[in-house]
Amino acid sequence: MKYAFYPGCVAKGGAPELYDSTLAVAAAIGLELVELTGAACTGAGVLSERNPELADTLNARTLAMAEKEGLPLMNICSTCHGVFSQANARLKKDPEYRARVNQHLAPEGLQYSGTTEVKHMLWVLMEDVGPEKLKSLVTNPLGDLKAAPFYGCYIVRPSWVLGYDIKPERKHYLEDLIAILGAEPVEYQGATKCCGFPILTMNRTNSLTMTGTHVSEATEKGADCMVTPCPLCHLNLDGGQVEAAGVVKKHLALPVLHLPQMVGLALGIPRDKLGLRKNLVDTGPVLEKVLGVNR
Amino acid sequence: MEAKVRVARYDPDGNRDHHFDEYTVQLAENAMVLDALIDIRENVDETLSVRCSCRSAICGSCAMRVNGKATLVCNTPMSRVAPNGEQITVEPMGNMPVLKDLVVDLEVFWNKVKAITPWIQPEGPKPEREYIVADEHMQNLINTVQCILCGACVSDCTVLEVDPSFMGPAALAKAYRFAADPRDGHKQERLELYSQASGMWDCTHCFQCVEVCPKGVAPMDWILELRREAEAAGLKDHNGVRHSESLAHSVKESGWLDEAKLAMDSYGKFSDKLKLVPVGVRTILKGKMPKTGPFHHKRPGAEHVTRIFEELEGKHS
Ligand code: FES
Repeated sequence: MKYAFYPGCVAKGGAPELYDSTLAVAAAIGLELVELTGAACTGAGVLSERNPELADTLNARTLAMAEKEGLPLMNICSTCHGVFSQANARLKKDPEYRARVNQHLAPEGLQYSGTTEVKHMLWVLMEDVGPEKLKSLVTNPLGDLKAAPFYGCYIVRPSWVLGYDIKPERKHYLEDLIAILGAEPVEYQGATKCCGFPILTMNRTNSLTMTGTHVSEATEKGADCMVTPCPLCHLNLDGGQVEAAGVVKKHLALPVLHLPQMVGLALGIPRDKLGLRKNLVDTGPVLEKVLGVNR
Repeated sequence: MEAKVRVARYDPDGNRDHHFDEYTVQLAENAMVLDALIDIRENVDETLSVRCSCRSAICGSCAMRVNGKATLVCNTPMSRVAPNGEQITVEPMGNMPVLKDLVVDLEVFWNKVKAITPWIQPEGPKPEREYIVADEHMQNLINTVQCILCGACVSDCTVLEVDPSFMGPAALAKAYRFAADPRDGHKQERLELYSQASGMWDCTHCFQCVEVCPKGVAPMDWILELRREAEAAGLKDHNGVRHSESLAHSVKESGWLDEAKLAMDSYGKFSDKLKLVPVGVRTILKGKMPKTGPFHHKRPGAEHVTRIFEELEGKHS
């Protein structure tokens, strides 16, 4: 299984542990990744908001790079995934629009004909690798760990852009994956809601209330950790948890794992390769529960 | 078909708190969720309160949550929400107080709509006859005028859950409808009003309203359009604008995000920038180092990203 790999900005910047754990898990599973080092930021929805055609053109450029490789595009960020999926839907649907966008790609020798398939790593794991193979690779079942899934808006909505109508099982991939890895998914209201990150600088109180509410609800439901396929959600849920606790006036200390960190633990990948020391909320309690050791 | 329905119940005059009752009724194959509720009320439990009128997805009175998602129950087929005869859960809309069972008090909703001045305020001399508007000027408004004021978007808005003062998706979509109407003479004041606290910049971009709107209005799209209008009208002193400008600048110059700079640029006030210090310190203490080193570099091919920006900046389709 070979993919054009789009790591996104945060995995190369504020969340290097996501990048490292992705590569470690890909190697363990046998996913061959060709990193698109020259691809631009998707604009995280903000650029589409400013100038839709500009954002679509930059994303068409990345889709064209994958197309040129003849590979599906794997990303590791719910937000990047949603932005790509939305742009891809518009570009596939409208050949005239695509032709207009392609004029801006031509000077670089690129052209997008609308064939690239966009897949988040979560979908790659559940659809391409598949539950059976994943199960067979689990050497270190996560035992009685209780994990609260947190999807990130862009991998959930709008559902029709993300193919939920054709594959309704996508609604519960995170829960399914948690179970495959031997842990127990925690059911709570927050799983598909907004983490608040997009408005952190516009309305800090609202943003951190969202994070605080979801983290405290997951904690009350017995979660030992959260797991998210979105590094932007991670910035709020993990990075902003201390401040969120202050806003919702609760004690919060819930480790938040990136998707491949959790998969890596179950596959028996050495914990240093998963960057678990870099999460801002101490992941020690998770390691203790899973491995019986704290660091 | 057999329909199994779990219904949220609440009677302010009764002696039970909020609870669920379960019913099973026989319906025609093409029945809607509303048919199940009416059947229950008519034949099983006359104490059930349901609000509906047109039964044709026009009046907007039957919005409620089915399996956790707001929808018009009069055009939600049972076969779609329970394809294999599963039990469905019906609850009243969220973000509004429940009056009884499935009926909510819409006053919160109406107050938000009223607050945006939802009527045209023309300026200048009156035309002799009607105001003439070119067709292309109304194209942008078609989506928003399709709103039937059912409240589904307000019900599921993630911002309203944490902050009832937010203007909300329905009112802001309507706000766009009037701000962009060529017959209106108060666009600037409108944009100023909608840019204030609890306005357009508080939307998180979560797509809930796009997902649940039964009429394809996609309120969020129009909130974002309002932001573009506000920026174009010179209303730039907002963290939302600073954030958006800094992000665009960073991608234009280097191909990707300079996260630290983006965070700093987004706050207008120095005292707000200081709020970044604790998380910055925690990040450094944890040894988080960008994969490309401590300084922000250009991505390979960044010159093409810059070129694309130059070719398309200022263009808006
Ligand atoms: S009853 Fe009128 S919209 Fe459903």
